[in-house]
This record gives sequence, C-alpha cells and structure tokens, in this order.
Amino acid sequence: MGEGKLTEIRWHARGGQGAVTAAKLLAETALAQGQYFQAFPEYGPERMGAPIQAFTRISNEPIHIRSSVTNPEIVVVLDPTLLKAVDVTAGMGEDGILIVNTDEEPAAIREAMNLKGCKVFTVNASKIAQETIGRPIPNTPMMGALVKATGIISVESLADYVRKSFGKKFTEEIIEGNVKAVERAYAEVKAE
Amino acid sequence: MAKTAVKTRTVAMTGNAGCALAMKQINPDVVAAYPITPQTTIVEEFANYVANGQVDTEYVNVESEHSAMSACIGASAAGARVMTTTSSQGLALMWEELSIASAMRLPIVMHNVNRALSGPINIHCDHSDSMGARDMGWVQLFSENAQEAYDNTIIAMRVAEHEDVLLPVMILHDGFITSHAIDRFDILGDDEVKSFVGEYIPKRTLLDVDDPATFGPFAMPAFYYEQRKALRVALDGAKDVVIKVSKEYGELTGRMYGLFEEYKLDDAELGIIVLGSTAGTAKYVVDRMRVEGVKVGLLKPRLFRPFPSAEIADALSHLKAVAVMDRSDSIGALGGPVYVEVKAALYNSSKRPAVQGYVYGLGGRDTGPDQIETVINDIKKVAGGEEAPRETVTLIGVKE
Repeated sequence: MGEGKLTEIRWHARGGQGAVTAAKLLAETALAQGQYFQAFPEYGPERMGAPIQAFTRISNEPIHIRSSVTNPEIVVVLDPTLLKAVDVTAGMGEDGILIVNTDEEPAAIREAMNLKGCKVFTVNASKIAQETIGRPIPNTPMMGALVKATGIISVESLADYVRKSFGKKFTEEIIEGNVKAVERAYAEVKAE
Repeated sequence: MAKTAVKTRTVAMTGNAGCALAMKQINPDVVAAYPITPQTTIVEEFANYVANGQVDTEYVNVESEHSAMSACIGASAAGARVMTTTSSQGLALMWEELSIASAMRLPIVMHNVNRALSGPINIHCDHSDSMGARDMGWVQLFSENAQEAYDNTIIAMRVAEHEDVLLPVMILHDGFITSHAIDRFDILGDDEVKSFVGEYIPKRTLLDVDDPATFGPFAMPAFYYEQRKALRVALDGAKDVVIKVSKEYGELTGRMYGLFEEYKLDDAELGIIVLGSTAGTAKYVVDRMRVEGVKVGLLKPRLFRPFPSAEIADALSHLKAVAVMDRSDSIGALGGPVYVEVKAALYNSSKRPAVQGYVYGLGGRDTGPDQIETVINDIKKVAGGEEAPRETVTLIGVKE
C-alpha cells in the first residue's frame, strides 16, 4: 500500500459465515499496525443463509469518505454458491483482485465467470476451517488468503491479532485452530 | 495534531459503542431508554455496563419512548444527571415531552441516532426525525463520525448543565453509517471524563423540601409568553457556552470544535454545506476537485440549534455560490431545513453568495462522491453566470 492510498474491500458471504467478523477483525488488525480503517456491513434482512455484503476501507491516512463501497479493489467471496447468485465483481476494475472460497482452480473460476483482467485467487477455506477449527466457517482462513493475495497486512500481525482478539471469548483450542486456519490458507491459496 | 494535555487511547469501535462508552464515563444518575433501530446498540451496551456494575446509574426499563422521556423529566426535575437515547419513531413518540423538558429547563442529554421517519417504514439514515424536533427548545449538535459522536456526548453534558443554559441537548449521528461502522477514534480515560464533566449540583430540585419549588406549572396568557421568551434567551445563550466548553475540551484533547467546521473554505469560490457523515464524503470530493483546480470548500454545521446565523453568513460572505445539501425535506416549504436557515441567514447581508438547495439521501439512499461532484458542478455554472439561481430545491440521487 502506497502512502495515503485508500484500499476498499467488499466481502460477499451468506449470513452466519462470519463476513462481518472478518471485516471487523481486519479493521482491528489495521489499528494494531497504526492504520486508519472503516468496517461496515450492509444492513438489510439479516437471516442465516441470506446473501450479505460487508465492507472494509484501509488507509495510512485518515479516511473521510462515508458512502458505500461501489468500486472495490478487492472482492472476497466466502461462499462459492454466491458466484451464480450475486454479481460479485460489480464495480471492480480490471486491476481488481478476486479471492474465492472454492475447491476449484482460479482458471476455472475465471472461465465460469467470463472474467477479463483482474487477478483471481482461490482457496478451499471451508475444508481448511473444517480441518483446523472443526467447523466449516470460512472467515479466518479467507483472511489468510486475503493477506497473501494483497499484502495489505502481514500474516504475523493477523495471527497475533487473532490470538489477542479471540482470547477473550474462545478456548485455546479454537484460537489455535483459527491461527492454523489463517496460516494454512496463506500457504495454500492458489494464484493463476 | 495539536499537543494534548492528557493521554488518549485509540480504539476500533462503532459509533454507538463510542456513545455508550462516553455515557459510561459520564456515569449518569438515571438512564431511561427504550431500544429502537439503529440506536439499539447504545442501550444494549449501556445495559451491560449497568449489569456489570461499571456505573452507578439507575437504569429504568420503560415500555415506550413516551415513558422514557417522561421518566427522564421526572428524574431530572428531582435533581439527577439524566441521559437517554432514541431514533426516528422513538423521538416522534417523545414529542409532547420534548418541549416540556426544555420549558422546564432540564439538562437531559440524549443521543438521537438519525433515522428516517415512517412512512414508508425504513430503518436507515436521514435527518427527518431530529429536524422535526428543531423547534422544541433543545440544543442540537451534529456529528460527522464516531469521534465527534463520542466527543459531543461529553461536551453536551457540560453544555446542558451550564448555569447559563440549563437546557436539554440532543446529539445527532447518522444511523448505520456512523452508528454501526467500526471506526478509528481516540477516547479519554474514565477519570479525565469524570473530572471534565464534574459533579452536577442543581440549583433547584423537586425534592428539596427546605427550598420548595414548583416544576411545570400551568401558565395562563399572563405568564406563558414570558416563559417562552426566557427559553429563547437561554437557547440563544447556549451558543457561547458551546464555544467555551468545546474550547476547554479542545485544550484537553487537541480536538478543536467550533459552531461549524470550515474545510478549505478560506480561499474558496464555491461552498458546500452539509451535516453529518456526508460532510466526510464532501471533504473527500473537495480534496479531489481541488487537485483539478476547482476552488471549492466545505462548511459543516455542528450546532444546528441554536443556529449560528450571523457566524455562518460571515463565513460564506466571500463565496460566489453555495450548495446546501439537506438529508431531509421540509415538504411544502421552499426547501430542506438547512437550506432555508442558510438562505434566511444571508438575506440581510450585503455580501452574499447565490444559494442553491439540494435534498439527498432520504431513507438511507447512498450518497457517493459522484452526487456531490454533480452538485458542485451545478453551482459552478451559477457562479460563472451560465445559469441563473433557482428558487426550488433539486432532489439528487432519486429515481425518475
């Protein structure tokens, strides 16, 4: 990230997959690095399983803009079934970054979505979550993939922050499972 | 950043969590509130502070906002330091008590998290709720972001209880945009807030049997008018107290607030006036258009009641054209409330810009940089003499 540059991220998920928590966690990690941020969900009908969006803005300078994110530089999709249900790349430019939780290769996603330009990354975050946390909640591994794909924050900062933030609410086993999920997704995310 | 006299801590919190934290740090004697979206997380969080024993507050669970404000009035008349919080229909249900609280000169501090009035029913931001209450004798302070919502809460308590004011204060911030977004801001320590707000020692209380007083008596034509005059004088006087208390707060925190904020307005030819979170987006647009050589600046009102007419007229006098953006529509009137105020404020000035009114963002319609840019380009034409100023307001971002 350059000096003063504003990075805008849009999260697509279904209610219950932890997109809001991920947007929040990323904001808090940015704070720990001394950056400025905003994290906000789109409020509408909130039901388990319904398509939802959340947004994160990060910058090294104070952020004034308060409108919704319409041209994200980075799009993170937590649920592969949304690729057919929602226009996840709406407003994203040709230099955008798309990160999808799927067992498919990036090239297959590009072909299925008929994408021109932009960089596509995939990672099987649900599988990683099942194996590390014991539940297929893809939010923390997707953050590991995001960090690898964008370098927006360091993986060490993220792992440290997961430990610190989850420490208040969860057991040691769940915390370490989440840290492992971040690290595995960071290592396993596939680029084209 | 100015040097601060105290240590502050930087946090990642929602605007509502910041307001609840400020309430906790103020530690009021009584809070009577009823939850309503998007205010709910303030009462929720504050109820946690009560349940965890982190405040000494008597928390009154009420069955409606009508009862909430009634309980606040009773508690405040009894001499307690009182706070509450609401939104939209909740504020509407408080209606008949709002003017009683101010007429009884009760220093109640209330957050109103701005949300569109029904109907149709909507939970998102516009300013129609608090604009409807603008003539109720309350001081109204608008906040752009979580930092200002937090700071205004602490400042409001001092303003309300100041002996020259003794009036209720309403603090406004934008529903969801500010209330539910996690933002970065600086907070004071509990002790600093405690010492800043000080102890509330009411001059007269309902329960003072040694010096009995009547609160809220009947006033026939022989007395009513004078009571209303006294209220006008007190509300006008709140302006100086807002300046004084904000200055003192600024010396403590390094964050300086006035009656309004001027952003790149000094050398501007075009001005934009907008309240709340959209002022942030307007700053972003001003920065962008300045790079392109457009001499545009922003005036963001902070104190809306009492309205600082003379000061605003003065701050706008050097401009060629001004766009006033309202997040509420005063239907049947010339335009939105801020537009009408600003235009009236300028009428008797010899040096005054052309003024155009715009309504935007009703019911939470997103207002992005493109809409603000359109507005600035519109007044550029007026400033350049390409177009004559129009009397009617323009509704922007609305589907035809």
